Amino acid sequence: MDGAFTAAFGLIASGDAALMQIIGLSLRVTLTAVAIASLIGLPLGAGLALARFPGRGAVIVLFNALMGLPPVVAGLLVYLMLSRSGPLGGLALLFTPTAMIVAQTILILPIVVSLTRSVVEDLWAEYRDQLRSLGASRLRAVPTLLWDGRVSLLTGILAGFGRASAEVGAVLIVGGNIAGHTRTMTTAITLETARGSLSLAVALGIILMGLTLALNAVAWGAGQWARGRLG
Amino acid sequence: MPILRRAVLLGFASGAVLLAALPAAAQEFITVASTTSTENSGLFAHILPVFEDKTGIEVRIVAQGTGQALETGRRGDADVVFVHARAQEEQFVTEGYGVQRFDVMYNDFVLVGPSDDPAAVREAAAAADALAAIAEAEAPFASRGDDSGTHVAEMALWAAAGVEAEGEWYLSTGSGMGATLNTAAQVPAYALTDRGTWLSFENRGPLEIVFEGDEVLFNPYGVILVSPERHQHVKAEAGQAFIDWLLSEAGQEAIASFTINGEQLFFPNAG
Repeated sequence: MDGAFTAAFGLIASGDAALMQIIGLSLRVTLTAVAIASLIGLPLGAGLALARFPGRGAVIVLFNALMGLPPVVAGLLVYLMLSRSGPLGGLALLFTPTAMIVAQTILILPIVVSLTRSVVEDLWAEYRDQLRSLGASRLRAVPTLLWDGRVSLLTGILAGFGRASAEVGAVLIVGGNIAGHTRTMTTAITLETARGSLSLAVALGIILMGLTLALNAVAWGAGQWARGRLG
Repeated sequence: MPILRRAVLLGFASGAVLLAALPAAAQEFITVASTTSTENSGLFAHILPVFEDKTGIEVRIVAQGTGQALETGRRGDADVVFVHARAQEEQFVTEGYGVQRFDVMYNDFVLVGPSDDPAAVREAAAAADALAAIAEAEAPFASRGDDSGTHVAEMALWAAAGVEAEGEWYLSTGSGMGATLNTAAQVPAYALTDRGTWLSFENRGPLEIVFEGDEVLFNPYGVILVSPERHQHVKAEAGQAFIDWLLSEAGQEAIASFTINGEQLFFPNAG
């Protein structure tokens, strides 16, 4: 382990171009997937919290269950869709960062939807009468409720980020771990483990955890700042 | 204020989406489905820059087991396959998925095992005898179990040894060469590995080579262009250029000049 820590600091200090490229791609893929999943998942989750329709319970259970979707299964589904022999093969997206974003979005979306639904449901129960007295319909209440629950929602989004940045099963299948093109932190760790370079693999793991820690610290700080400013 | 902040957030989000949609550099590239033995040993990192400098064609390697690499080719998700399981390669061509198979190079398989050699494999005269001794002693053996070229070669050796490879001692890991060697080092167990992966493998633990040199351990690699008739999007011209280069004097020299600790890993044998 000592060797791994030394190797981790050595790697960072050297500013190794390949490493920077891998870190950049990992962040780009995961943050984009988080952004897309949030753009879709926040309104969808809020809608699911407020709307009443037949089969709503089944949809809620389905999204809750999908939080447990194995990354390798999500990857396989996207692979079969995007393969040249699959229905979307003409798009030539397999083994590209875009394919990896699609797979990770599928992994994150259920988390964002389910947590948003839970948060918004609670807020609606609390503020329903107040919002109604102000003349807000359920639909009009959505932005207000989302904004009110932003700190809790941020936790849900961070959970989504954690799931995507940590997974290897999906990106390995749809990205192919191509050097300089679709190699991410997690697939590089898998590769170094396969090569028996365990200290380098752990060093990459330490760097990945450092990045995740930094991002969560920023998010937490932003949450505290928003709380302080806006009460 | 909240509305402004929401707009800013939305702006960040859509910026990120746009970033993702930006097209990659417009350089010409081909996708090659190959095996973990070639990629993990560092061979491609050694030879590809030479080819890319000469032609400007970027080669993207997807490293899989031979079975999976051929399946990638069958589905049309690669332009070229570069693998080692001759019978499967010939079937791939016969079925019309590949144009033609060319010999490129070979390396060999070695049997690694715990240095105290509980099954006395070192005394075996032939590879089949070595495996028979392992089965007889019921000494742990870690198998790829993943339909890779190495696994196919291992199954042929068990058949030649005339023993059923099953029982508590036979560990089918269902994973790549490196992962299987990691397992073998921990148990410790015997394992069949290609020499290239072994030479570049760092986590050996108590393992060392216990048997090598039998001709049946010869491990030839073939390269095949995926049929453009079967899959029209295949980059036949660039793919063929890569194959031609591999078979050319320059390509063969590049392969021969790849060494680890002064030891040559792959021996060119084209045409």
